[in-house]
Amino acid sequence: MALLEVKNLGISFGGLRAVDEVNLNIEKGQLYGLIGPNGAGKTTLFNLLTGVYQPTNGTIMLDGVNIVGKNTYEINLAGIGRTFQNIRLFKNMTVLDNVKVALTNREKYSLFSGILRFPLYFKKEKIMNDIARDILAVFNLEQEEDTLASNLPYGKQRKLEIARALATNPKLLLLDEPAAGMNPNETAELMDTIRLIRDKFNITILLIEHDMKLVAGICEEIFVLNFGTELAKGTPEVVLNDPAVITAYLGA
Amino acid sequence: MSTNKQTKLSSNKKAISKTWIVIFKIVLIIAIYVIISSLVRFDILNRQYKALLVPIGVNIILAVSLNVVTGFLGELSLGHAGFMSIGAFTGALFTLNMDMPGTLEFIIAILLGGTIAAIFGFFIGVPALRLRGDYLAIVTLAFGEIIKAIIKFLNLPSGKDAAGNVKMVKGTMGLSGIETYADYTWVYVALVIVIVICANLIKSRHGRIITSIRDNYLAAESIGIHVSRYKILAFVIAAFFAGVAGVISGHNVPIIKPNDYDYNKSIDILVFVVLGGMGSIKGSIIAATVLTVLPEILRPIKDYRMLMYAILLIAMMLFNNSKFRAGLNENKSLAKLTGLLKFGR
Ligand SMILES: Nc1ncnc2c1ncn2[C@@H]1O[C@H](COP(=O)(O)OP(=O)(O)OP(=O)(O)O)[C@@H](O)[C@H]1O
Ligand SMILES: [Mg+2]
Repeated sequence: MALLEVKNLGISFGGLRAVDEVNLNIEKGQLYGLIGPNGAGKTTLFNLLTGVYQPTNGTIMLDGVNIVGKNTYEINLAGIGRTFQNIRLFKNMTVLDNVKVALTNREKYSLFSGILRFPLYFKKEKIMNDIARDILAVFNLEQEEDTLASNLPYGKQRKLEIARALATNPKLLLLDEPAAGMNPNETAELMDTIRLIRDKFNITILLIEHDMKLVAGICEEIFVLNFGTELAKGTPEVVLNDPAVITAYLGA
Repeated sequence: MSTNKQTKLSSNKKAISKTWIVIFKIVLIIAIYVIISSLVRFDILNRQYKALLVPIGVNIILAVSLNVVTGFLGELSLGHAGFMSIGAFTGALFTLNMDMPGTLEFIIAILLGGTIAAIFGFFIGVPALRLRGDYLAIVTLAFGEIIKAIIKFLNLPSGKDAAGNVKMVKGTMGLSGIETYADYTWVYVALVIVIVICANLIKSRHGRIITSIRDNYLAAESIGIHVSRYKILAFVIAAFFAGVAGVISGHNVPIIKPNDYDYNKSIDILVFVVLGGMGSIKGSIIAATVLTVLPEILRPIKDYRMLMYAILLIAMMLFNNSKFRAGLNENKSLAKLTGLLKFGR
């Protein structure tokens, strides 16, 4: 059974069909790319998958369960984590706290344990610190744990967002343009990191990216969206040499 | 390996300095109490300033608790005085009609007033906080006024008369003959508890969730946070402490009136929070203290008092946002000093 099975998914904004009749099959453990010209509906598709928008039609099956109609937080609990195209960090919180707050459903203690500082508070906080630091280390952010998220340089902010999403222990991780605004060196390093987290955390990744080198370099399969509909899908070699894709996207 | 050792060492160091900070805070709390009580005992404070001690404490509780909603959760509430009013009247009705030993009666009154205020907070928060936008400001604004109107409309049992019958009084008249239990010791103990609870809350799992919602609710949802639940939690906690402050202020003077807790009072509390800094518990404490004492200091200039008050308020706001102030914060040694004094954040 596929991890994620999307059938006939669509949404309209007024008269605009931002996503139309989209079908997706995502298998466990693979790394997928989602590409398409500006305004093709890629981010909208992510928003549909995470319950930010409700689809006008279609189904989204995660591990055999239809998640259409669920809230964003419920979908995260069900196993989808994500990052945002326009970075959405908790700016006035430290790097460490950004990750720790994402552990909230993994390591719990009651309100009273927290305000009265019961032993459970110290125990769980220590566990959270350890897990969060381990995740930060994957992204080479461990030296910055006390920095406010808003004071991080841009590239590190993107990494922190991925770290935060990972902390929720997702089965499926959605990355919206993770390399946007990074220089070639940072991009190359990020590619390695993405591959590493797929293996280390044993998860499935779907990423939106405009950087063709990154997509072709690490994705096993690519979906191409154009005007909200599927234009092509397949391995990088097949898709990137598809004449329709070249005219719609690469040629532009 | 070596970096591992290093972080272990530095975390050990951190733990040691943390214990020192805790000890320092306890000493500070006791020292402040000793200072205040000697000021009172040895009649160093005149009557006017003595009378300010309880209001200062009450205002600190109000400011710190409102800061949980406005500073840490990022929601504007204009009805904090409404919760205070519920606490004050609940508490006073309880002590007027009960016949228990004073201390016990007052403790129960405080908890009861807080709880009733929290229940109201829950029923206001549930509809208002599920919506995005500034609905809470509008709803709480209306709430404060409605509570005032309802209390005015009610007939309140206000203890027994000489013949042993329950006296009923019109709400408009307020309640009188209240035992003035609340002295500076009571209010000091209460405010220390409230500050410790709020500071601990902010540094706990729940506090992190609350601040994350303020910073970015969509991202908070995306990491599995049930946003409206935690918004309501923060709001209910703040309402509880506003109720507590109400009970204490209601037992500071023998008479309370519904008009004592109106819209202007809510705005005063908001001013403490804004001036002290959103999300700064220490700032709320300082601002509430300074702004409660200030009108008393300005009393000699009579007619110009409110004018001067407004001018000073603006000056303090400007100072807080100035480059000079930012420079002070960047200065490392100063940061260390204030770090020691820091309760929240
Ligand atoms: N909330 C919304 N209301 C109205 N229109 C929207 C909304 N969200 C997206 N759209 C429209 O849907 C279309 C697809 O937008 P989307 O952001 O998904 O594109 P994208 O593929 O992510 O593009 P880019 O590469 O620029 O990020 C655009 O025409 C956009 O204007
Ligand atoms: Mg996009």
